[in-house]
Amino acid sequence: MTNTTYTVIFYLFAAITVFSAAFVVFSKNVIYSAFSLLFTFFGVAALYVFLSADFIAVTQIIVYVGGILVLLLFGVMFTNRIMMTDLKTDVLNIVPGFILLLAITGGLIYTFLARADWYTGTVQLQGSVVEKIGFETMSRYVLPFEMASILLLLALIGAAFLARFDKSRNMNDK
Amino acid sequence: MNASLNTWSDALSELYLFGLPIGLVIIAAVPLVFIALYALTYGVYGERKISAFMQDRLGPMEVGKWGILQTLADILKLLQKEDIVNKSADKFLFVIGPGVLFVGSFLAFAVLPFGPAFIGADLNVGLFYAIGIVALEVVGILAAGWGSNNKWALYGAIRSVAQIVSYEIPAAIAILCGAMMAGTLSMQQFNLLQQGEYGFIHFFLFQNPIAWLPFIIYFIASLAETNRAPFDIPEAESELVAGYFTEYTGMKFAVIFLAEYGSMFMVSAIISIVFLGGWNSPLPNIGPLALNDWTTGPVWGAFWIVMKGFFFIFIQMWLRWTLPRLRVDQLMHLCWKVLTPFAFVAFVLIAVWEIYVK
Repeated sequence: MTNTTYTVIFYLFAAITVFSAAFVVFSKNVIYSAFSLLFTFFGVAALYVFLSADFIAVTQIIVYVGGILVLLLFGVMFTNRIMMTDLKTDVLNIVPGFILLLAITGGLIYTFLARADWYTGTVQLQGSVVEKIGFETMSRYVLPFEMASILLLLALIGAAFLARFDKSRNMNDK
Repeated sequence: MNASLNTWSDALSELYLFGLPIGLVIIAAVPLVFIALYALTYGVYGERKISAFMQDRLGPMEVGKWGILQTLADILKLLQKEDIVNKSADKFLFVIGPGVLFVGSFLAFAVLPFGPAFIGADLNVGLFYAIGIVALEVVGILAAGWGSNNKWALYGAIRSVAQIVSYEIPAAIAILCGAMMAGTLSMQQFNLLQQGEYGFIHFFLFQNPIAWLPFIIYFIASLAETNRAPFDIPEAESELVAGYFTEYTGMKFAVIFLAEYGSMFMVSAIISIVFLGGWNSPLPNIGPLALNDWTTGPVWGAFWIVMKGFFFIFIQMWLRWTLPRLRVDQLMHLCWKVLTPFAFVAFVLIAVWEIYVK
């Protein structure tokens, strides 16, 4: 692929990401916001591909689109019917929000431009990174990896415990 | 063999006409044309005929000889139908739903090798991508179900999504067993590793004494992921009219069906690539009768992968007319209390076999 095509595709995905993210924030309808997140997640995944991080790109789709987005949509759809609230978002607290926005944007730009120590690789990434990721998680980063999995296991058991059908309490309710 | 891998698709990707990358468009068009053709012939007509024969009927017989032109007539009818969008439907989501659904089904074909010479993109995370991109279908189904603003459609969508999300877990673990046997996630590498002069002996299903367990688990889970019977509770006609596509007419309905047939072929192709050698010929070389060598090559490869896919689709149709539909609680019981524990057992056993025995 030529360099121009490459650049055009990159900016296409960047635009998709930014515009859909803006739609998530500015849309009045929560359902539309949630569906718009789909395009944001896909755009971010595409940007990962441009960074030669294909494994992270696919993980992004599985975790965010397959997991978090579906959970979010389910949450919005079910609570809408139960709580009888209309799914609208309003603009509130404009002045404090604006100040916070300016502060965060300024802080981020300052960090990115002045403080960040960007690492630029000298050699182009070659071949598959999957083996290296597997090797590193099982050797150097095995402790954080195990800690994360135990945390997730705890969350899973807790969720199952909370959602469990409680026989004794149901009897009492009757 | 390695030198000639992906020759057709590589040549196509270099093809430029008038300064435009026409070749890339052709690569993307090949699976699309394939899905359309197979859904028309084998998908619709074949399914109607097979289900008719299984019930001792004749099936479509009126249009053309043996009803061959029936599908064409159906398509003509669908094209003429009015494109109805309900008054109270969420217009945007209603329209975008089938599109997202079809794109999700079609994107997986990017990593499907049609024989040794043609693959859309030979990613080194191809298999991971193929099982991950299903997530887009889930969002499409939710959009269609919610956008219809219809009780049955919403019920169907939620059932379907709950089912797909749950059955992804045993399916992914079963596929992981295959990835462990291969030591790679690249689709073409999977095929190359199962190549050999003894044909089917080299397939992963016959290379490992426990491989049948993830094979069966993945097959059952793939039925649920594509909403096929006996797991077709999202579109259970007797309870939910037609599930999440109740409100769709005309071409939108056709697109939803195309997506369903696309993902049916995709799961069948994945199971044949991971466990049954993909585009490799199953015939062994018997002495001077070099059946394997005769049936290997780019065209034969395409033939074998398509035939293996069709074989599994035939089993899917067969099961549809054999087994009754599961109840929702039975469905979840099967997923979480039967398939998932067995998938973990298979995972551990295959890991032990790969490390200590092989």
